[in-house]
Order: sequence, then C-alpha cells, then structure tokens
Amino acid sequence: MLTFTLTKALPGDPVLSMVGERAQPEVVEKIRREIGADKNVTEQYLGYVGLLLKGEFGRSYYTNRKVFDDLVAKFPNTFKLALGAMAIALPVGLFFGFISAIRKDTLTDRIISTVSVTGLSVPVFWSGLLIMYLFSLQLKLLPPSGTGDIRFLILPALTLSLPALATLSRITRTAILEVCGMPFITTARAKGISESKIRFIHMLKNALIPVVTVIGLDFASYLNGAVLTETIFGWDGIGRFTMEGIIKRDYPVIMGCVISGTVIFVLINLLVDIIYHYLDPRIRIR
Amino acid sequence: MKTAGIISLAVLVVISLSSLLAPLVSGYDPDMIDLESLREPPGVRHPLGTDNKGRDILSRILYGGRISIGIALTAAIFSMTIGLAIGLCSGYFGGKIDAALMALVDLVLSFPSLLLAIGISIILPQGIYTVVIAIVSVGWASFARLIRGNVLVLREASYVEAAKSIGCSRLRILFAHLMPQCIPVLLVMTGLRMGGFILTEASLSFLGLGAQPPVATWGSMINANRAYLASAPWMVFSPGVMIAATALCFNVLGDALRDRYGMNTKG
Repeated sequence: MLTFTLTKALPGDPVLSMVGERAQPEVVEKIRREIGADKNVTEQYLGYVGLLLKGEFGRSYYTNRKVFDDLVAKFPNTFKLALGAMAIALPVGLFFGFISAIRKDTLTDRIISTVSVTGLSVPVFWSGLLIMYLFSLQLKLLPPSGTGDIRFLILPALTLSLPALATLSRITRTAILEVCGMPFITTARAKGISESKIRFIHMLKNALIPVVTVIGLDFASYLNGAVLTETIFGWDGIGRFTMEGIIKRDYPVIMGCVISGTVIFVLINLLVDIIYHYLDPRIRIR
Repeated sequence: MKTAGIISLAVLVVISLSSLLAPLVSGYDPDMIDLESLREPPGVRHPLGTDNKGRDILSRILYGGRISIGIALTAAIFSMTIGLAIGLCSGYFGGKIDAALMALVDLVLSFPSLLLAIGISIILPQGIYTVVIAIVSVGWASFARLIRGNVLVLREASYVEAAKSIGCSRLRILFAHLMPQCIPVLLVMTGLRMGGFILTEASLSFLGLGAQPPVATWGSMINANRAYLASAPWMVFSPGVMIAATALCFNVLGDALRDRYGMNTKG
C-alpha cells in the first residue's frame, strides 16, 4: 500500500501515454476524470485502500476490466507453468544433488557442481531465448511462443526450472553430506543394513527437511522468473500481465500483480512451515 | 575450488578492465548509427557483429558493462554499509531495537525480490539511480541478518568483556572492537551476493526499468534485440554471455572465499 501512494506521486502521466501526446485536451480531461486521476493523491490513496479492503485492485486504465478478474483468469496459467517447472526441477535437482553427495570430490561431483553454479548465474530471460532458438527455431520441435496445451508449456517450464534445479541440487548435496556424518548412519552401517538402503532411506529422508524450505523459496523464484519467462514465451499468465502493465504504465495492473504475488509468496512460506512440522516433529510451531 | 576462484577473479578483472578501457579495446562509438552495416554478422570489421541500427555490439557491450557492473557494485557497497550498520545495532543493543529491526528484515525478505524491485522502480523516475535504490532496498536485509548473527556471537567474546572492564564506551566497543571483526564475513557475503545483483540489474533493464535508451546495458540489449532472434541471433547471444559470465565468476569467487575462510554465511 505504501508502494501505491508513491506510485501516484510519480511523474509520467498514464493518461498521456494512453492517448498519445497530441490528443485533444478535452479527451485527456475526460479520461482523467474516469480513472480518478483528477482527484488529489490522498483521495486516490484512500479510494485504493477501500478497494483493497473489498478485495479488489481497481480497473485497468486500458481495458477498463477489473484487475482482480484478470488476475484470477490468468493465475491458472502461471500455476501450470510453476507446476511444470517444479516437475522438472524436483526430480532432476534431487537426483543431481544425491549423486553429487555420494560421489563427493569425484569428477561427477565436480561436473554437477559446475553445472549448478552455472544454472544459478544464467539469467532466465537469456537461457529462455537460447532454448527457444535451439528447440523452436533450429530444430523446429516445439512452438516458440503462445499459450495452450503441453507443447507450449514445455519450453517455458524448462527455462523456469533451471535456476530452481541448480539451487535444489546444491542444497540436497549439502544436506546429504551433513546427514552422512550423523551417528545414526554409523549405527545403521554397524547393523549391517545394505548401503543402498542406508542411502535411500536413512540419508535421503533426513536430508529432505532443508530441501522442503528450498522448494518453498523456489516458488518465490518462480514468481520472479515468471515475469521474465512468460514475457519471452508469450505465456498468458500473471508474469506477462505484469510486464504489459509496466510497458503501458498501467498502475492498477502493476500494483495488483505485485501485491497478489507477495500474498501468494507469503502463503506458500506459511505452508512450508506447516509441512516442516510434519516432516520433523522436533520443530514446533509456536 | 581454489583454482576456480583465481580464474574467476582473473576473468572479472579482464571484463572490468576492458569495460573501463572500452575506447582502447573497440574503436567504435557505442551509439553511432551506421545504416550501411545493419545486422552485420560477427566478422573482421565488427568482431561481435552489429545490431539493427548498425551499432557495433562489442562497443555497446563494453560501455554497457560499465553501467551493469557499476550499478551492481554501487548497490553492493550501499547494501553492505546499511546491512552492517543495522546488523551492528541490532546485534549489540538487542532488546526492542533488535526486535524492531529484525521484523523489518523479515518483512523485506518475505517479499519476492524481483517483484519488490519492480514495485520500487515504477515509483521513482526511471534511470540508473532508481535501479541502485531498487536493488539496495531488497539487498541490505540479508547483510543485516548475517552481521547481527555475527555480533551476537562476538559480543560474548572475552576481549569484549576485557574492553568493557577497562571502561571502554559502548560506541568504542561497537566500532573499534566488533566492527572490524565483521568485515571479512561481510566481504565474503558481498562476493556471494554480487552475482545476484548483476542478475537483478540485468532483469530490471531487460524489463525496461533500468537505464533508458540510447544507453546500452546488457539486459536492455537483449530485450531490444530479441525480436531478431531468428535472423540475427548474435545480437542476443553476446550480451547474455557477458551477464552469465560475470554472474558466474562472482558466484564461484564467493563460494571459493567462503570455503577458504570456512565461514557460515547463513547468519
């Protein structure tokens, strides 16, 4: 809400960018009245807070549709994309981290570590373009952009999964290495339990706790990454909606996206805390 | 990791130096429009090709590097300073001050960072300084938390007790005894975060919220040129390589520093 007050105070007139610099003054005035830009900042702010309390974000300057309705309509697409990315990142990241940890300090470990630190460093909007160039423009396997069935989903989901995959694999590696030194692993070995059983049951299960946090945090990076990835692949979700809002200086849209994104993020973190409790009964929710 | 760290440092020095000495490396003016050579592929005349206005891409990358690295560095310095100040106060004074400051840290960290940065960049007039402010207002929090954690441990140390018993003032203990001890961990953290700052700057300028045209930054070059991905892919490749290489080197360097000094930067 603080953000919004200031948004209103900034230079750059949305009305002018809407109708163009050479529009007739009467037209400008009329639109200004319609979107309420003729009132002073305090009134606008109070109006906006009132809307928020009613669970609304106001109307887009351009389409005059309720921002909230558009957000609700576009949310499933972003959710699908995030799920798709998760479906790639989770198994691959866990697998990489696991292999990397049990083959510690070997060539395999080094290659995986290098790949994951690279994954963290490559901007998604660039890797997305590279992936699009390779798979759509050169190999012509999948459509380069658009919203639709699974064929449209694969490339953006792949792009979005890369940084998450990298973080997951790094955290899994650290977590497993930490568990390795625990007394109960030595006990298990002393009891003659097979090494593979120790690895999969004792180590992996206990290493999952920090991993769950990261999955939660990854959802945040999905929200961040979605703005960039959806823009590139023309995926009709909240991310692209944000970007369009930015380009058109459509403040109700931008604010709606930022605020709802934050709310979703906080809710996910809450969910992670609850899951935590079930995974590790030692952690108590206060 | 040791050799990797040194190599990264070397690469970073090369990238920064060639950006600083851009006029010596590339003879072209980064903003000079040359309609005779539109979208020229990489070759002898233009080592990385030209863009859709005939501007030399190598020059634009080098001059853009000044801005991209400059913004990330400035943001890092401010984040460090603010984080250090707040972390010191929070850790040393404790009590209500600590609770209030850490609540603020939690609040900032509970926002998705890029969305928050977008929110801030649309509030302020667009330009380089806004990008710095946007990055710093998200970036300081993790530094503050780290320093606070450090101070909590350090203030129990026997030399602090000794200083207290010979009658050093609280401010003296804070600045002369505690602060210097926090510097190494602060520098390691900066190394670890620089890669992220480079990426945030690139993302914001990709979204058109950074330095405004005709000034080139790595992110904005990719955004401006992505429409030509099919016909002139080199226009998109090289700026991306620069972002990735710089961020990668900072990340590897940060990891190497952390391993070298065996520090726990979780805070």
